Amino acid sequence: MNTVLLRNKAQEMRRLIMEGIAEAGSGHPGGSLSLVEIMSYLYFYQAQLHETDPLWPERDRIILSKGHAAPALYAALAAKGYMPHEEMLTLRKLGSRLQGHPDMRKLPGVEMSTGSLGQGLSVANGLALGLRLQNKANKVYVVLGDGELQEGQVWEAAMTAAHHRLTNLMAVVDYNGLQIDGFTGEVKRLEPLAEKWQAFGWQTVTVDGHSFADLYRGFNVERDDRPLVVIAKTIKGKGVQYMENVADWHGKAPSKAQAQEYIEGIGGDVRG
Amino acid sequence: MVNKPEATRDAYGRALLALGQLRSEVVVLDADLSKSTKTAGFAAKYPERFFNVGIAEADLIGTACGLTLSGLKPFASTFAIFATGRAYDQIRNSVAYPRLPVVIAATHAGLTVGPDGGSHQSLEDIALMRVLPNMQVWVPADGEEAYQMVIEAATETGPVYIRLGRQVVPHVTPADYKFEKGRAQVFGPSGDVTIIACGVMVAEALRAAEELRQAGLSVQVVNMSSIKPLDTEVLEAAASHSRLIVTVEEHFVAGGLGSACVEYLSTLRSRPQVGMLGVEDRFGQSGHPDELLDLYGLRASNIVAAVKRSLDS
Repeated sequence: MNTVLLRNKAQEMRRLIMEGIAEAGSGHPGGSLSLVEIMSYLYFYQAQLHETDPLWPERDRIILSKGHAAPALYAALAAKGYMPHEEMLTLRKLGSRLQGHPDMRKLPGVEMSTGSLGQGLSVANGLALGLRLQNKANKVYVVLGDGELQEGQVWEAAMTAAHHRLTNLMAVVDYNGLQIDGFTGEVKRLEPLAEKWQAFGWQTVTVDGHSFADLYRGFNVERDDRPLVVIAKTIKGKGVQYMENVADWHGKAPSKAQAQEYIEGIGGDVRG
Repeated sequence: MVNKPEATRDAYGRALLALGQLRSEVVVLDADLSKSTKTAGFAAKYPERFFNVGIAEADLIGTACGLTLSGLKPFASTFAIFATGRAYDQIRNSVAYPRLPVVIAATHAGLTVGPDGGSHQSLEDIALMRVLPNMQVWVPADGEEAYQMVIEAATETGPVYIRLGRQVVPHVTPADYKFEKGRAQVFGPSGDVTIIACGVMVAEALRAAEELRQAGLSVQVVNMSSIKPLDTEVLEAAASHSRLIVTVEEHFVAGGLGSACVEYLSTLRSRPQVGMLGVEDRFGQSGHPDELLDLYGLRASNIVAAVKRSLDS
């Protein structure tokens, strides 16, 4: 694993996220920024993906269930080379392939249209079942938000995955601890979270979601016949100091000046 | 061709068995109602291609979506009330919005569920499904039409909602009939009156037409089994030839077949008087299906009365 590459890609994605959301004037920076290392790890190390073709039939599939983190997905696709970096500036604008929430019919590389929370795990299950039925080796990764786990459908799907022993499925929870109205522990607590997943028949690993070595440890743990969930502890707004751990930055765009200040602060151009 | 009375859900079960053999990409999902929805036959014969998600309708629809992403062709079944009510957001955002080729074959629609009562009598599913972009809505009149629809749905590249019933219904489909989406089935030449029906009401409409003919009126019956896409040619012809159009459905008057027809008819420069029969603004209740059709005014006699009343006024 080339952690320098992963770190550089993460940096590139943060710049794209900040510039894209600032240009759009709306969007969800907090939960996009908390995901950056997870996305960098999945797209540049863990998942089997084609260098240039986002629709390569043999690819592993990555479904972003927490669709409001679309900027993190688009940034990953841009960093991967599946779309031009400049296109990030069309985010949320009329006619853009970069819809406010991911639209699989608009942008190749978006595996599933998401946005209404709680639906991605069921879809990932169906995909994993279908691939297994056809004896295909592709893996399915699904990225869940922590607030999203308050949706009942997630737990319907959690039972389905365990029932079918979907070992070709791996979920990761972006556990940043914040949702729109505040801390998850105050709005509606998730703890004990690992125990919940275990009780539903899942293998769990808790990791630092900003550490590539730890993400590696999580996704490459010795598997049994249960589906795996990596509970990735993250910081909402990670990397942009004033956004870190502040619920208010869930769905508020930085100004263009703030984005510029951030980009200058890390010493780079968004298209660099 | 089966030309005897049959519940459309039974025809669905038959068609699935045929598809199991015809098309290896067909998979079937259910939410713990496989004996009632008639997917159990497929499950017994093709267990590896059948997925029971338990009592979890949202998960049912989402899992079906995922199966399409792997290249398979899912038929997802539960009762109409649960498919379209409980899992509406999943159908809207995970099926219709990304235009995934999920077939939602929903059984036990309408009043004719009977004794289970109002909580289980879906009278709004046509309305809920037809407002969704990309979604097609098909309502078979009998077993033969249901069978053909299910076979046809397997080749569709986008989502389809098929509304099926619990109750055995009379055979009405002519021997040479071939279901085509967007194409209504027309009984008899155009006349003074056009009765447009779907589902179990087609047989009632045919009986009503017979009675009205004996009273000297010329009547055409239209089985508008493809509610979306709607057969607008047949509607235009009816509008130009008839003095009166009556729509009949086992569904709320609001939002269903009648509404779909009236929405189109209202765009025409001239149109005849239109009557809409269906369930008015109230829920269903327990009772024998026949008692319920009587109580809610969905009988041939009600159609006859509505036609006479309209023409007399």
